[in-house]
Amino acid sequence: MNAIILTAIWGVVMMFGGVFFKKTSVAKYWAVAGVIILLTANILEFFGHPFFNIDTKGMLRFDSFGLHFNTIVFACTLLFFLLNGRDFEKVGVHVSEYFSLMFFVLCGASILSSFTTLLLLFLGIEILSIPLYILTGIAKRNLKGNEASLKYFLMGSFSTGILLMGIALIYGGNSLGSFYIDAINLGTGKLPVLIAAGLVLMLVAMSFKVSAAPFHFWAPDVYDGAPSVVTSFMMTIVKVAAFLAFFRLFEASFGMMQHQWQILIVVITAATLLIGNVTAVFQQSVKRMLAYSSISHAGFMMFALFALNDTAREAILLYAAVYSVATIGIFAILIKLTDYSIQGFNGLGKKQPLLALTATIFLLSLTGIPLTGGFTAKFYILMAAVKDGHQLWLVVFAVICAAIGAIYYFRVIQAIYFKEPVDGINDTINTTSGYKWLLVITAAIIVLLGVLPGLVIDWIYY
Amino acid sequence: MLGTYFTFPELLIWIPFVTGLIAIFIKNSQSVKLFALLSSIVTLIVSVISLFHSDFANHPEFFLYNNVSYVWMPYIGSSFAVGLDGMGFLMTFLTAFSYPLIFAATYKSEYKNSNAFFALMLLSQAGIMGVFVAADALLFYFFWELALIPVYFLCSRWGGEKRVQATFKFFIYTFLGSLLMLVGIIYVYQFTPALSGTSAHSFSLAAFYSVVLSPGEQDWLFWLFFIAFAIKIPIFPLHTWQPDVYEQSNYPSVMVLSGIMVKMGIFGMIRWLLPIFPSAVAKFDHVIIVFCIIGILYASCIALVQNDLKRFVAWSSIAHLGLIAAAIFAGNSSSLQGVMLEMLNHGINILALWVIVDIIEKKTGVRKISELSGLGAKSPALAIFLVIIAFANIALPLSNSFISEFLMLNGLFTFNKWYAAFACIGIVLSAAYMLTMVQKTFYGKTNVLVEKAAPMSKGQNLVLLVLVVAILILGIYPEPVIHLTESTVNQVLSRIIK
Repeated sequence: MNAIILTAIWGVVMMFGGVFFKKTSVAKYWAVAGVIILLTANILEFFGHPFFNIDTKGMLRFDSFGLHFNTIVFACTLLFFLLNGRDFEKVGVHVSEYFSLMFFVLCGASILSSFTTLLLLFLGIEILSIPLYILTGIAKRNLKGNEASLKYFLMGSFSTGILLMGIALIYGGNSLGSFYIDAINLGTGKLPVLIAAGLVLMLVAMSFKVSAAPFHFWAPDVYDGAPSVVTSFMMTIVKVAAFLAFFRLFEASFGMMQHQWQILIVVITAATLLIGNVTAVFQQSVKRMLAYSSISHAGFMMFALFALNDTAREAILLYAAVYSVATIGIFAILIKLTDYSIQGFNGLGKKQPLLALTATIFLLSLTGIPLTGGFTAKFYILMAAVKDGHQLWLVVFAVICAAIGAIYYFRVIQAIYFKEPVDGINDTINTTSGYKWLLVITAAIIVLLGVLPGLVIDWIYY
Repeated sequence: MLGTYFTFPELLIWIPFVTGLIAIFIKNSQSVKLFALLSSIVTLIVSVISLFHSDFANHPEFFLYNNVSYVWMPYIGSSFAVGLDGMGFLMTFLTAFSYPLIFAATYKSEYKNSNAFFALMLLSQAGIMGVFVAADALLFYFFWELALIPVYFLCSRWGGEKRVQATFKFFIYTFLGSLLMLVGIIYVYQFTPALSGTSAHSFSLAAFYSVVLSPGEQDWLFWLFFIAFAIKIPIFPLHTWQPDVYEQSNYPSVMVLSGIMVKMGIFGMIRWLLPIFPSAVAKFDHVIIVFCIIGILYASCIALVQNDLKRFVAWSSIAHLGLIAAAIFAGNSSSLQGVMLEMLNHGINILALWVIVDIIEKKTGVRKISELSGLGAKSPALAIFLVIIAFANIALPLSNSFISEFLMLNGLFTFNKWYAAFACIGIVLSAAYMLTMVQKTFYGKTNVLVEKAAPMSKGQNLVLLVLVVAILILGIYPEPVIHLTESTVNQVLSRIIK
């Protein structure tokens, strides 16, 4: 509860703060302070000290899994604000309002980590999405940004419609006439037609939100067109929040009849992995490549839905944390470069050794090399899938896709270290020592999670 | 005393790892060179001491000695468990023995960013040591990949013009192989006995050995592991990355790759593949041996017509490794004992060959066999060394390979006479290409390029002397090595189905 209320309050504070803040940098400090308060409040609630006790008629449930997920999301946001807070100034002037919108997104994320009825799922999804439609278009004079925003809005509304239709069918189809996800749970029986139709519609809508193929078509254009800071936020915090909602919904409502719809997940996972990885290989722009790579990571996270067991719960948290941290890190570096194409990274190893080293660690993590968090996350995901015991070919298929993934990540590493630097590019990159320290800390987190994944996982069982 | 606070297997990992990290910060190219050499010598000393300090006498029931296990990821039943058996001793010794020689032989070479170069070299040593001492499947996988990353950067950063593409191919190949193995490891893990009190299973070597898998499961799991190891060795037809990488990489990296890293695949087969999937091994052994023999003949024929010395050594190495792989799957006491001995011998011989090729290229500036002639007249010492090393590669009596190749062929003969016959053709071919190479480069009229050649340095002389002495000692008295690895061979034999 702490998180939902505080995010809403702080969103309003930031919105009005825009009037009073003389300098845009002040907004950043307020935002950072807000996230720290949020993080603290959420951790206090995790340890059993909620500030607010509001009777929600059981529509929200704050279990350790959801609260722990909130902690991860807020920690990633903190990292994101610290690393990229100043980059919003380059995009537009209403910096405080951008932060305000992001706090509303976090509010949506906190609802998604605790909903127990389909109504609040819908609310959470909407609160998460609407600020994003605005954020995507904050670069007003940028045509690509406008296109991305409009596209995202149209496609997003469409998918929300499908989600509502699914909710309606499920509401009408279950004998209790209830929105509660526990009440929908039919045990192991056979799926009634109405519920099955509702399930498919919800699956489609949620796949859209997490950019899983074949509902991913908006993703590359939106991620590429949106300002890079916003892309970084959308690809990490927003995506993993949507994934958690996806996971919670299907685990609680349809988990026991999993074998009846698992084949749909199998198809979606296979398609997502294939399309994400193969298309990413052909991208020349690193930003667009990362957009496709984020689709491929969605494919890996889909395995949690495929497996739906205890290991999957651990895996999705770890994957969310590691993937977000690494992506935020690589975007923080990408934003500093003038040229987003792969050639833009040429010779970075000589000109900016620290940026190059940390970028390499982030890319290695996204590839899934041991000693980085990316490996442990992939390992847990694969373990969850193997534990499930069905469709083992999919696991083999996934690792082949992971090997394809190495192709495009390593192309950037090659550019960084083995290509000659181009004169005039990356000679002067404005970095403060604080930024560099943060990058080092971010890389250290990645390595730490690669050696001791228990740091994230153990808290589920608290 | 040494080994009280850290056991030897740990030290073998930590010394190169820590010194590797330190080496990054030594900017002076001369000091970092010396530092790396000293570090590798310390590792060698530790390795030699470890040979005499196994707790075998106290615990003859152990499979691994000096083993130690730290809690690492208890919630999934993985621990930082390391230990050495006979084969582990042999391979860690080979690694520890090769690195100082590699550093010494190339001591005169200069590199850009030498601190990064030597740091990566030492880190690769740590990774390789880890592979040889790991007694936990996940830890093994960890090190298996970790050994690859420094080598990837070594081969991509320093070397010939096409090095980046060549190394990239190598990386993708091996990365794919390792990921397939990871799926296999996770699958086998599900069937290990659950640890008491938790739902976790175990990744430990002992637990993996105790797993009983149905023949149907073994049939496909076998290939997941096999592909990973076969790419590393490499076994025909997965060898295509090798000649390019060997040609494009610089000498120290290629010595590490061909001398030690390819043994990781052989080691992995003996440690993980044979004991865990015995029925699949019994089922597929003929298929694999046929591929190995095709590889031997194919690689030998290509070596016969190679003009580039580096590619020549690469193809000859593929031929030799094909024989080793075939002998593994012949799976009897003679062939496995031969494999153990040949792992050490091949490491020494190929290292010696690379040292010679390096010297030739440094002296004359070319490594085309057709452009070299009469090097023997110019440099008699080098000629003597080369002839001994070439004999060792052909496996002439009194040289180290004679005994090991004899054992392997003997084992292969027991398995199937025809396979042995075809493998023998490979030996004949190896004599043909080796002697042709020696004849073309070292005899005949001294040409202009060779005239300019500078004499060998003392360091290179010393390295070659050490290697030649090792070749002769192992050729005359291989008994200690055979004795050392006997327990491993028996362990493996007790598990395979014949």
